[in-house]
Amino acid sequence: MIDSKLKEKAAFAILLAATIIVIAPVALILAIILINGLPALSFEFLFSIPRDGMRGGGIFPALVGTFYLIVGTALFAIPFGILAAIYLNEYAQRNRLTRAIELAIINLSGVPSIVYGLFGLSLFVEFLGFGASILAGSLTLAIMTLPVIITATREALSAVPRSFREVSFSLGASRWQTVRGVVLPNAIPGILTGTILGLSRAAGETAPILFTVAAFYLPKLPTSVYDQAMALPYHIYVLSTQVPNVSVKVQYGTVLVLVGMIFILNIVASYIRSYFRKKKTW
Amino acid sequence: MDKPIIETSKLNFYYGSFHALIDVNLKVGRNKITSLIGPSGCGKSTLLRIFNRMNDLIDGTTTSGSVLIEGREILGPQVDLVDLRKHVGMVFQRPNPFPLSVFENVAFGLRIRGERRKNVLEEAVCKSLSSVLLFDDLKDKLSLNALQLTLEQQQRLCIARLIAVTPDLLLMDEICSALDPMATMKIESLMLELKKQYTIVIVTHNMQQAARVSDECGFMLLGELIEFGDTKKIFTAPDDQRTDDYITGRFG
Repeated sequence: MIDSKLKEKAAFAILLAATIIVIAPVALILAIILINGLPALSFEFLFSIPRDGMRGGGIFPALVGTFYLIVGTALFAIPFGILAAIYLNEYAQRNRLTRAIELAIINLSGVPSIVYGLFGLSLFVEFLGFGASILAGSLTLAIMTLPVIITATREALSAVPRSFREVSFSLGASRWQTVRGVVLPNAIPGILTGTILGLSRAAGETAPILFTVAAFYLPKLPTSVYDQAMALPYHIYVLSTQVPNVSVKVQYGTVLVLVGMIFILNIVASYIRSYFRKKKTW
Repeated sequence: MDKPIIETSKLNFYYGSFHALIDVNLKVGRNKITSLIGPSGCGKSTLLRIFNRMNDLIDGTTTSGSVLIEGREILGPQVDLVDLRKHVGMVFQRPNPFPLSVFENVAFGLRIRGERRKNVLEEAVCKSLSSVLLFDDLKDKLSLNALQLTLEQQQRLCIARLIAVTPDLLLMDEICSALDPMATMKIESLMLELKKQYTIVIVTHNMQQAARVSDECGFMLLGELIEFGDTKKIFTAPDDQRTDDYITGRFG
């Protein structure tokens, strides 16, 4: 008896310690970013262009650039990702071709982001002649995000009970009517959550935008999709390695803005998930 | 017997290499309740799912032989499944309303047929709910989520949802197995009521249920239709020894 109680306490202690060890670095990183970055935050920092060789002023062009890239990525990745997932999950027959496609999608999500960057450089920037531009950068990020969106959407579709589909078919609904009327409405929360998480990952990536869109310094905002743009992740890289004597405050402030942006996206995603889970009745 | 509504001949069905239905020849009469009984895995549900081609949703199955419904062949790739299922509806083992309101559940089938007129939908919903004796209970709760109903009400709702699209033939796959005895009794009396307008084929594990409600009964074993005929005769003087063994409880 004593022995089993002792073991119980030991197990509890070890598991708790492991959890703390996992959480501590994350908490520490966030704390350091907050402490050093918060003093930099101001209206001027967010909404003015960089000055003094980027040692002063604000980060507005990078903020706007990242926003454009997220929107562009969403425009390309969401429709194609969701439609492809619907095809694979609801229409495609299980055969060698679909298995090959599935394998390719799994592998794509494991490809290092720098490879996407180089792929984007050769396909969009050079071969298709978009040049380094928001268009090329968005397309590159979209391709990188597609596997995430497809996988998340398929999981959400698979989670809809088979019986819903059976009833719908048995009432004389076509496959598309079943997808549109029964499957999608019940899968939307999962699709939204997965999509936002995929986009938030894209927002923080540096390697894919390095050669396809990111500008070292632009004194004005981009005016068309063929313009280069600054972007937060690349701006952080530039501030910390390419420009001497940038104040710590500015560096951390920029990091805080990027982390905060991604954090907000993730919170929205988990809020959507918990909101619909409460409403879900099946 | 009048012209049968369903007529199968030399019907064979395989799941992969498993021979699930073997040379089934069956005639189902109009405005009757026909029951299919037999031990688990005998193929009775598989046979039922042939009639509205639900087995098509499963990969790797093959069907041969002929199934005529109202004189029309329903096997083969040229058959319009959407059209077939408009005539041949199915109620499932577990009550499975959509997570929508009572009204939207019943209106679902009409909506997918493109019906948008509110008064037509309302009329159809009221009429369908009345014919499953649910209207008086639910007339003030049409916007209630269907999953909040009792299981018996849910199953009635599923029947109403089907009736709303006016099929000719109702397939019922163990529709009472999730219900308690009182609810089962009520659903059975509903079946007898519905028989006046529809032809019903039921699959059941419950031999008493088959004896109580059905006019004709088929006994299946290991994929074969062993015996088919008048329910009274099957339950009192079956021709085949295996039928006798099953209905007297010696196996199954």
